[in-house]
Amino acid sequence: MVENATFGRKLFIVVNYSFLIALACACLFPIVHIAALSMSSQSAASAGLVTIWPKDFTWMSYRYILENSAFFTSFGVTLERVLIGGTMSMCMTLLAAYPLSKDSRKFKGRSVYAWFFMFTTIFGGGLIPTFMVVKSAGLMDSIWALVLPTAVPVFNILLMLNFFRQIPEELEEAAFIDGAGHLRTLWNVYLPVSIPSLATNGLLILIMHWNSWFDGMIYMNDVDNYPLQTYIQSIIVSSDLTNLKPDDLEELSAISDKTVKAAQIFVSMVPIMAIYPFLQKYFIGGMLLGSVKG
Amino acid sequence: MNLIKGVNRQKLFKELPLHLMLIPPVILVLIFSYGPMLGIVIAFQDFVPANGWFNSPWIGLDNFTYVLEFPDVKQILWNTFLIAILKIAAGIVCPILLALSLNEIKKTLFKRGFQTIVYLPHFMSWVLLAGILIDILSPSGGIINNILKSLNMQPIYFLGEGTWFRAVLIVSNVWKEVGFDTIVYLAAILSIDRTQYESAVLDGAGYARQLWHITLPGIRGIIVLLMLLNIGSILNAGFDQIFNLYSPQVYESADILDTFVYRIGMEEMQYGVATAVGLFKSIVSFVLITFSYYLAYKVVNYRIF
Repeated sequence: MVENATFGRKLFIVVNYSFLIALACACLFPIVHIAALSMSSQSAASAGLVTIWPKDFTWMSYRYILENSAFFTSFGVTLERVLIGGTMSMCMTLLAAYPLSKDSRKFKGRSVYAWFFMFTTIFGGGLIPTFMVVKSAGLMDSIWALVLPTAVPVFNILLMLNFFRQIPEELEEAAFIDGAGHLRTLWNVYLPVSIPSLATNGLLILIMHWNSWFDGMIYMNDVDNYPLQTYIQSIIVSSDLTNLKPDDLEELSAISDKTVKAAQIFVSMVPIMAIYPFLQKYFIGGMLLGSVKG
Repeated sequence: MNLIKGVNRQKLFKELPLHLMLIPPVILVLIFSYGPMLGIVIAFQDFVPANGWFNSPWIGLDNFTYVLEFPDVKQILWNTFLIAILKIAAGIVCPILLALSLNEIKKTLFKRGFQTIVYLPHFMSWVLLAGILIDILSPSGGIINNILKSLNMQPIYFLGEGTWFRAVLIVSNVWKEVGFDTIVYLAAILSIDRTQYESAVLDGAGYARQLWHITLPGIRGIIVLLMLLNIGSILNAGFDQIFNLYSPQVYESADILDTFVYRIGMEEMQYGVATAVGLFKSIVSFVLITFSYYLAYKVVNYRIF
């Protein structure tokens, strides 16, 4: 087709490529910029001399983070949360998705359960009642406040159950005839053929836990219990615009100048970028198979 | 084979274990999702935490009438609606354009590389992105304003001036989500029957005509579906994004229902009033979502599960 392309078509191709390249740069620029900023000297950063390459290269900000115990404490809280919360959410996803993937002729209660879960996605108690429930359950300042309320991710259950539904029924029947129960069938028959969907949902759940900040902000009174994103939110976003008090000013300028902020933001992004290739590998297939039904 | 035929398949399928498996998720959802729904009673009480749900005095609809007398409440509703609608519109048009544009790229390596890059912002939290935006858009030393200055233009306080703030909300939201949102359209384009294009070429149809007569009609169903499903988001203007970017200077044009509920509830501790506003939002959203699911079912035969 290329040999008989008209001038207009060629022009379009050039414009189209330029547009897409510009867009890709726009998506990369903020991340590259923040990385460059974090490795620049304070004076170059505050003078606005840094674009996409570090100016007066230095590891100063990173050395500062290494000495800053609050950053590490919150990093630890997030790791704990990702580990406990991720495992729990994944178990709950499987425990709910497997029964719900059964045909309602075989599993009579299916649609009742399905509506029980779905209803929570279209109606909720709202911020204050949820806060009150967590508070009266005695979960304030505990890791469980971050883990339990998010333990049943209905969206992931939906993706997972739609994937399970595409597994041929014969596989299940063969397992039953061999004497396996439901749990064994789930573990030995369903899971091995569901790797793309498992990976997709697992990674989405991990990212959800990594990125959550609001629950940390309302359920944690003690700053030592803040997960990473809540900590970043409290020093970078709030301090910059809303909570600025004159007395804090001096302290703030010491702990959160431009380059240190940039370094903290960048370090928080690294884990997402690290698991991103795996996500890429699975999630498009996993998402589409889960969401588009025949 | 005869053995298998002889077995009663229905008997082999036991229902009880399925019920047992569902117990843990059901209990968690009961406590943390249905529990708060009971807590909605706070909206009709002069709620004092020390007295709890059972001993706080009932005051009927006083919380609702109290909120309606707030001078800002109309503005907040309007902000919520306007920001949400603009985001929905941009969130449909931009991904479609991008998907069509990407569909014209024949080099697989470029396509894959491009997709890898533009999906990335979707997975970053608004906390981190807000941190970056605050830095880039800063009127003193932010890179955008440095460029404006070098062009001899006045610096703009993007996050401190209402109209600019809204523009930042819409544009940065498109920037974060546009790549990811193209996935569904790209999949729809790929599922169009290739032979249609071949016969169109034989009939002498150019690229523009193929786009207009084959590609666009081919993805019409999914466009309609996403438009319908977005009806339910009309009051979701994006708490995470706004909360991390706004400041009292721009409350007038950026305060939305969710940020308002947070401030009167968590900061001013007016639990009853905040719950009432939250309930209003939940009910309106519930009606809209139900309506949109119904329409989606009627129009394109979409089922949630």
